[in-house]
Amino acid sequence: MRLSVNNLSFSYGKHLPLVLDDISFSAKGGDLLAVLGPNGVGKSTMFRCILGFLRNYSGEIILNGANIKSLTHKQIAKHVAYIPQSTYPVFNYSVLDVVLMGVTNQLSLLSAPNQDHINEAYAAMQSLGIAHLRDAGYGEISGGERQLTLIARALVQKAKVLIMDEPTANLDYGNQFRVMCRISDLAKEGYIIILSTHNPDHAFLYANRVLTIQGGKVIADGSPDNVLDAKLIKDVYNVDVRIEEFQSETRHHKLCIPIEGGVKCETASLRMKK
Amino acid sequence: MSEPVEFLTVQNRKQPNYKLRFILLILAAAACILLSFVVGRFSINMADVLQILASAFLSAISGSISYLLSPFPGIQNAVLGPLSQFIVSVDTWDYAMYSVVINIRLPRILAALLVGAALSTAGAAYQGMFQNPLVSPDILGASAGAGFGACLAIYLSLGSGMVTILAFAGGLTAVLVAYVVSRLTKGSATLSMVLAGILVGSLFSASTSYIKLVADTNEQLPEITYWLMGSLAGATMNDVIFAGIIIILGTLPIFLLRWRMNVLTLGEDEAKSMGVNTHRLRFVVIVCATLITAVAVSISGIIGWVGLVIPHFCRMLFGYDYRRIVPAAIILGGGFLLLVDDVSRTIATTEVPIGILTAFIGAPIFAYLLMMGGKRS
Repeated sequence: MRLSVNNLSFSYGKHLPLVLDDISFSAKGGDLLAVLGPNGVGKSTMFRCILGFLRNYSGEIILNGANIKSLTHKQIAKHVAYIPQSTYPVFNYSVLDVVLMGVTNQLSLLSAPNQDHINEAYAAMQSLGIAHLRDAGYGEISGGERQLTLIARALVQKAKVLIMDEPTANLDYGNQFRVMCRISDLAKEGYIIILSTHNPDHAFLYANRVLTIQGGKVIADGSPDNVLDAKLIKDVYNVDVRIEEFQSETRHHKLCIPIEGGVKCETASLRMKK
Repeated sequence: MSEPVEFLTVQNRKQPNYKLRFILLILAAAACILLSFVVGRFSINMADVLQILASAFLSAISGSISYLLSPFPGIQNAVLGPLSQFIVSVDTWDYAMYSVVINIRLPRILAALLVGAALSTAGAAYQGMFQNPLVSPDILGASAGAGFGACLAIYLSLGSGMVTILAFAGGLTAVLVAYVVSRLTKGSATLSMVLAGILVGSLFSASTSYIKLVADTNEQLPEITYWLMGSLAGATMNDVIFAGIIIILGTLPIFLLRWRMNVLTLGEDEAKSMGVNTHRLRFVVIVCATLITAVAVSISGIIGWVGLVIPHFCRMLFGYDYRRIVPAAIILGGGFLLLVDDVSRTIATTEVPIGILTAFIGAPIFAYLLMMGGKRS
């Protein structure tokens, strides 16, 4: 399994500036690729191109030798699953029903999931530790549980590339780590995981690659320990940080700590780069 | 398999027994149908009703047998002789009674069932497709268009058959215009469709108002006003057959695609990411829901409320899965409108338009259900 993005450029209109400007990278099974970049930098747009929602880009996105642009949604869904930010649902389906929707791609047009599919969905929920929520309403569970439900749905979809749009947004401190931990387990099982995050520590702790985007361009691509440094984070987020190293029992860690006075709190410094 | 994550877990709730609820719902609807033959100004008891229905049913069967067996006169006589003797032997009612049951009440009951089922199914479909539980079947202008078509036919004195046909055509035209307008705009597909629907609906409503302004105030205006309030009083067997065929044809795809409609409620992107061809699915559902709404309105006039609220009843009773909501909407919608129609023809000496009563009867029931702690929708 291999996903390559080659010279991807995209703009929302002929006379509008490029949102994505000549982006190239590739990922293979087992990669957990963290995409770092400020709000509005084009991370979500890039995901929408990879998922085939946007098609009028230049460059190419190749999945296992096939060009995404020439594939139907049904064909893309076999290989690529989308895990959006969990929002409060309009209709309060049961957690099992939400997970079960992931099998839709394997069904013929007029059929509905059968008992085998239900068992499959239940197994995916078990593997993520949310089996006990089976009959709970999707709207009544916590944000972290909702995020895991969406991941279970992607597993049931049997796609090997998982695209996650800020999977830890809106989660409390503990749930962020619980969800990230499950995600990194999946990468170890051989999935390709591409996720966006704003937390450099998540990249240090869980990602084996980090892709930093600014102004629609890739400004850094490599292992977090090599690539992420104070200068890069200053460039991307305009925050002065120090990268500290420490040795735990099992491995060597890096952590990102904002320096006192490193962020100016005037309104002008709340950057929303478009 | 890993141990449960230590999230804050909610109380696990048990799935209600949906099968039992369906059985009860079907029994209630069947009881409703039988009851509807009995109530009315012309009093007929239940035994007579059952006999008349059985005899009409047997006559229909003997009719078709005689048609099928016509090449074999010997067998035909052997079978039909005893059958027709039996039919005559149980024939203890007078013709007026038979006529009330078969020619007046039966078409009206069927019309109520069809219109109620159509409106609530279309409402459920539209609500899911637009991801908005506040949407009703009129959202794309079907009712406004149908109302205009009917008023035009009344204004031009074209006769009752043409009222139905123009109403149907008007409903379809309105939605078609809304669809075309929405395709020509930029931006979110669902939002522009809803806006185009509102736009077209208001145009047709204004046209209807204009017709009311210029119509003859002694004959036409009351008829227009009455039509717009909705009534099944004029439903004939021809109406029922015309509407029945289209409603069955339009409901069938919605029924068959009901699993996919679940996925569509998650929104355009998520549905696409799971391999659903959202454009095609949305188009099919819109065409079907519009067809059945337009044809229902064309034989009944404008009946609000059913299409908006019955889907909510269904969700309270059967959860959110369209695999259960669609059949529930068909049965509950049909049964509810039948019940309301029974009230409408018995409550006063002159008939009360059903469009008025749906809200009067439905709102308290709905309020009660809400207060009893129905689930959020």
